[in-house]
Amino acid sequence: MARNILSRKEGSSRLGSSLQRQKLLFVFIGLTPIMLVYGITRIWPIIRTFTLSLYDSDLVTPEKKFIGLENYTSLVDDDAFKQAFLNTTLFAVGTVVASVVLGLALALILTQFIPRSGLYQLIYFLPFVMPIVPVAIVWRWIYDPSYGLLNWFLSWFGIPKQAFLFYPETGLWAIVVMNVWKVIGYNMVILIVGIRAIPTLYNEAAEIDGANRFSVLRYITVPLLKPVILFVLVVTTIGAYNVFTSVYVMTQSTTASGNNIPILVGEIYNNAFRYSKMGYASSEAVILFVVVLALTLIQFRFVRSDT
Amino acid sequence: MATVEINEKSGNVFGLTGNARFRRELWWRIPLHIILIIGAGLMLLPFIWMFATSFKPPTEVVAWPPTFIPQSPTLENYGKVFELMPFARYFFNSLVVTIVCMITICITSSLAGYIFAIFRFPLRNFFFIIILATAIVPFETYMIPLYLLMKDLKSINSYQGIMAPYFIMSFGIFFMRQNYIAFLPEELLDAARIDGAGEWKIYWRIVLPLSSSALAALAIYAFINVWAAFIWPLLVVNTSDLKTIELALAGFQTAYTVEYGPLMAGSVISLLPILLIFILLRRQIIESVAMTGMK
Repeated sequence: MARNILSRKEGSSRLGSSLQRQKLLFVFIGLTPIMLVYGITRIWPIIRTFTLSLYDSDLVTPEKKFIGLENYTSLVDDDAFKQAFLNTTLFAVGTVVASVVLGLALALILTQFIPRSGLYQLIYFLPFVMPIVPVAIVWRWIYDPSYGLLNWFLSWFGIPKQAFLFYPETGLWAIVVMNVWKVIGYNMVILIVGIRAIPTLYNEAAEIDGANRFSVLRYITVPLLKPVILFVLVVTTIGAYNVFTSVYVMTQSTTASGNNIPILVGEIYNNAFRYSKMGYASSEAVILFVVVLALTLIQFRFVRSDT
Repeated sequence: MATVEINEKSGNVFGLTGNARFRRELWWRIPLHIILIIGAGLMLLPFIWMFATSFKPPTEVVAWPPTFIPQSPTLENYGKVFELMPFARYFFNSLVVTIVCMITICITSSLAGYIFAIFRFPLRNFFFIIILATAIVPFETYMIPLYLLMKDLKSINSYQGIMAPYFIMSFGIFFMRQNYIAFLPEELLDAARIDGAGEWKIYWRIVLPLSSSALAALAIYAFINVWAAFIWPLLVVNTSDLKTIELALAGFQTAYTVEYGPLMAGSVISLLPILLIFILLRRQIIESVAMTGMK
């Protein structure tokens, strides 16, 4: 009895309103520091990225001179930026196509054709959780022009030693291969979860109607999996657009120019922290944000319309 | 939920009895296994190669053709990595930063998640939407103002400077909130209130223990992410004694270009905590990634 009365939200007894006050106090004390820290370390920097991109600046005085959209107009003529944007896009496309196709193939094989696939899942997933720096270092060693494992492997086929990371053109694809190796397990796991969430009912119905396994895959599993595939596509693309560490670690002083392969975050990093052009770098960061936002919206749109 | 469990047990997404079906297909499961085993070999190869190289003496590191199993295995690389740089200090730095951030993320995520899930208060939706909307913004886009802020706060080259972006994880708040909405019985909280328990006591003694498995998943996720952090430490740390292990490894390879032996030894050491977590908690890790993915 008493419990029912007190647990009502609109409880008007004295005890009830004191409980209400205690709850609000708890909310206030609990949430204020969190929102404060969040505001300082996240919301404010995000807003300031936008305002900073409208300024000419250096490290000492970030907001030195308001120049409106001038940073953005000079981006259009900046060959280094355009090259970086192109490289990052190629990197993203390469990574996404290979890792989603292979991830989907793995997910289908492991759920449909292999009875106990736990160990396979574990092994294919392992690279994804490993920190990127040591992983990039060992891949750099594998690609080593004189003693690398890959050159040794290619020598079986009579191919002479290659310096894979030396030229940006080949280096980019060498890093794509590493990145595919790293994210394939993630795509696989997400797709497996998606496949397991499909009610078995559909498959059974199709089988009773005489469909063989491949047509079940082709006409039931893959179409029902579309939202999950899209999710994996978008997440992998966003991740690829933010690439930095692997390129930084693998191409430091290995390339022809001695510089890293130009990529988007690399440009932001160089402009801001090497040349102290905070405003210009912020305008590049805004471009990166717009790309990520567009990808996210695409995903929301399609997922909404599908379900 | 139930169907998923059944599928996992029989490993068979189709409703038919496993054995007969799989026996029928044995003939073409064999090539599939061969492909999968080769693939698994390729996935493991970089780790095996790293491990093998770390036990080779300098002459063997650059041997041609390369050897997979060290001919004269040695531990000298592991000694050398601690001689060439204060590697123990770097390991300690990484550990401190990672553990403090992991604990903070768990507390802030569960507290904010609990508040957003259970309580009604002014501006609740406003705050929550702000957290959701900013969750998708990649760190790389707002790192410049964050750096300027740390500079103003005199937090460059300090532990709090390294940790600052990792105190609150917007995804963690969202994840815990979903968890509390789904699994936290509000009657239980009301009962505790009637028994005279204060709100903090309820949070600490009832809410936290009830969400321990979700918190464990979040903790693993946070640990793996913070341990691997690179670009932010690269910006805020420029004195040697605050370097994290990832920074030290990346710096080491340019400083001593061809010394791959000690470099691989250092890499193995930096992988060990994650590998340990992975081996002990493999199921939870895959589950936590699956959950994070399916948000």
